[in-house]
Order: sequence, then structure tokens, then C-alpha cells
Amino acid sequence: MKPYLRDKVPTTLSEIPDHTAYEAGYLVTKNAGWRNIRPVINLEKCVGCLQCYLYCPDGVISKEENKVRLDYDFCKGCGICKKMCHFDAIQMEVEK
Amino acid sequence: MAKEFLSGNEAFAYGIRLARPQVISAYPITPQTIVVEKLSEMVEDSSLQAEFIHVESEHSALSCAIGASAVGARAFTATSSQGLLYMAECLTYAAGGRFPIVMMNANRSTALPWNIYGDQRDSLSLLDCGWIQAYAENAQESLDLALMSYYIAEHKKVSTPFMANLDGFVLTHTYEVVEVPEAKQADLFLKPYVTENKLDLSYPKNLAFSVGPDHNTAFKFKEHLGILRAKEAIDEAEHKFNEIFGRQYTGLTESYHADDADYIIITLGSIAGLVRETVDKYREKGEKVGLLRIRYMRPFPNEEIAAVARNAKAIGILEKDISFGNEGTVYTNVNSALQKAGLSIPSSNFIGGLGGRNISEHEIESIFEELKNEKSTVSFLGIGGGEE
Repeated sequence: MKPYLRDKVPTTLSEIPDHTAYEAGYLVTKNAGWRNIRPVINLEKCVGCLQCYLYCPDGVISKEENKVRLDYDFCKGCGICKKMCHFDAIQMEVEK
Repeated sequence: MAKEFLSGNEAFAYGIRLARPQVISAYPITPQTIVVEKLSEMVEDSSLQAEFIHVESEHSALSCAIGASAVGARAFTATSSQGLLYMAECLTYAAGGRFPIVMMNANRSTALPWNIYGDQRDSLSLLDCGWIQAYAENAQESLDLALMSYYIAEHKKVSTPFMANLDGFVLTHTYEVVEVPEAKQADLFLKPYVTENKLDLSYPKNLAFSVGPDHNTAFKFKEHLGILRAKEAIDEAEHKFNEIFGRQYTGLTESYHADDADYIIITLGSIAGLVRETVDKYREKGEKVGLLRIRYMRPFPNEEIAAVARNAKAIGILEKDISFGNEGTVYTNVNSALQKAGLSIPSSNFIGGLGGRNISEHEIESIFEELKNEKSTVSFLGIGGGEE
């Protein structure tokens, strides 16, 4: 995943791929608009067990060194990661 | 080049063998069965090196071909009638994914009433799926089309799946002497499929993705351009084919005395043979009639139709199809070509051959006679027009 590609929005026809195939991360439509609460990770409590990574139904949690990172462009705020975390490292906070 | 006595189905299978597909996935259905039966024999006796995958349905047959194409393999499938309709969902996937799969469709009636005989309602009802659509007249053209189809479909500017249509039974099951090219010659004509549109561990990609409202139109426009550009690829393929095999085809249409004709029948598929003979009889009597055979419904031969219609007094469109509640779809398409060219001449629709009903020479003559009235009507051969 190359997050920088997300901001590369094609403006001309020649920038649109000829096939329905392209490098991952390109032509992304961000999809998190209906999230009411967001998971926030306490990195001091996170032990990197990856239960949240395994259970996230939208695949928005990725490994970063020994911890995890959340992709808020796609997180829908379901809270499954918080439920799965045995170390109380994830809190759900109300979106403002 | 060897001469063989082959049916349309067999001729197509011989052409496909020459094209060396790497994956064949198919489900049998009358009257397509023999083309895949023949290909499975070829794989069995190792005269064709391909994976032959027996699937459980037509939906799976095309899905499987899409999967094969998505890893860069040359893929083939074949079907007919209800089988084609069953794989309809996958047709748009193959086209939108720009996977240059080749499919032979044995044109057959659609249910109900249940009927296994030939008409063109199956493929014509799926004109809008994004596939190139070709219609063969005889077994030789079937073989040649099978070989040329991959050249056209895989052309860099095209990247579009190709549906080659053979009239069920009348063409798929009748035998003709067919020239079968040598494999060495065929290899000169058609190179192995090379594409970037595939799953490749060295160059990871997101394949067959979704695209939201912002860019969706652009993708569909490019898909449209792919088919439009097939016209050039068809010319290129036929030119090269003639250089190697010595048979020249004529692009999107084939004109038989149509260029100076007063009255023209436009039709497609195997019935063109009978129309050609009828044209000969009229020409012997000194009457200027002609035939324009549509070889490709997509891309549609707008210019070619306008060019012959320009000097005509009336044209008749003979087709084995009805778009219920309106008229034959070929007729609709032809009328659009006339309108875009600013031509206002009488054009009539003759719907015949449904469910395999024979179209007689007498009926072809009656079409030419009707055209002399220079009216625009829609009628069913053997029945007549709509409700009085």
C-alpha cells in the first residue's frame, strides 16, 4: 500500500489506466463518512499481538514495527478492534 | 495447407488449435457441443497443448476464462443460447476487465418455447456487453475467424473479448471442404499473448477493481474506444492473413453487387449464401439488386452501410431476431447508420428464421419484390406485419 497514491487524482483521460488494473492505492475513493466513533490506539499499552489486525473486517489495521496503525480513510468505527484487544490499548472516541 | 471435410464446429476447433490457447473452459450445449468435444480430443491426443477445464456451468466457463486471462493466458470458451444468457453477467466482467478472451457462440433460439435450432436472438440480445461480435457465413470463414479473432482481440489498441457467431446447425453441423493452414504458417500470423494486464508477482497490481462515479465514465469511454479501434485491427489482421494464407476478407461488411444496386438486402450469417444466389438470378435478368453482409455487429459498420445505401432506392434488413415490442435489432442499428449519414431512404425489416425456420429462396425473392414498393415496414416472413 502506498498511501501517497491516494492523493494522485487523475484529471485527464490519458491518466486513466487502459485496463481495469493499476498499482494498488491508486484511484481510491475514501470511504469512512459514516463513522461516528473512532478507535484510538494507546501505543504504550499495545503489545503488538495483532488480534485487532486479524479481526478488523475492513482491513484498515496494518503492522508498523512492533505495533499497529489505523487507516482512518476506511475505518467505519465498528469497534471490533476494541473488543478484541486484551490489553485495553484501544479506546473508542466520539467523532467531532 | 491441407484440405479437410469439416463441419462449422470442427473448422472452428481447427482454427482455435492453430491459435494455441493455453486454457479452454467450457460446458456443452447443443449445437455448440462439437467444437469443445473436438478441442478436448485435441488436448487428449496432445496435438493441442492446453489446460482443458470441465466446468459445471456456463457462468463458470467464462469466469474460468477470465481467471486464465487475468494471469496472462490465452483463453477460449464456447457456448450457445441459454448458456450464453447464463454467462451474461460475466460478459461485462470480461469486457470491462479488457480480457481478450475468444468465445464461439453457436447461434440458437432462446426459450420459451424451448427450441434447439438456430436463430440470432441469443447473441444479438447481448450486443451491449462490450464484446466484439462477428458472424461467419461458412466453415472456411469460421476457421479463419477463429485464428484472426485472437489477433484482433489481443491487439494493443483493442484488448477486448471476441464473440464469433456461427449459425446453429445450418453452419455448425453442415460439412464443407475447408483449407486448414499449417501450424508453422499460423505461428507466423499469430504471436503468443503478451500483456501487462495480468496478475504478476514482480509487478503487483490491483486487478478488476471498483471505480466510483468520478471516473467510471472514463473507463467506459476507454472500453468503447477499444471496440471502435477493433476496426483498424480487423483490417490489419485481414491484410496480414491474406499475405500468409492468400485469402482476403473484407472488414466489417462484405458487399456483393451492393455498390450499384437499387435494392439491397442487408443480412448476417449463413443465410447470406442464399441471398447471394438470388442476387445472381436477378442480375441475370438485368435487375440491379445486391447483398451487403454484415460480418461484424460490434464494432458496427456505420460507414460501410451508408456507403452502399447512398445510391440505393430501398434496403431490406433480413435478420433472425426480434426485439419484442419494437423491431429487429439489426434493423434499428442500420437505421441509425442511415440517419447519421443523413440518408432518408425506405428501409424495411424482414424477420425470419426464428427457431430454425427455413428461409426459402422464394422468400428472398419476395423481399426484393417488396423492396420495389419503396416503403418502410416491419414484417415476419411467413406471417406478415403487426396487428392490423
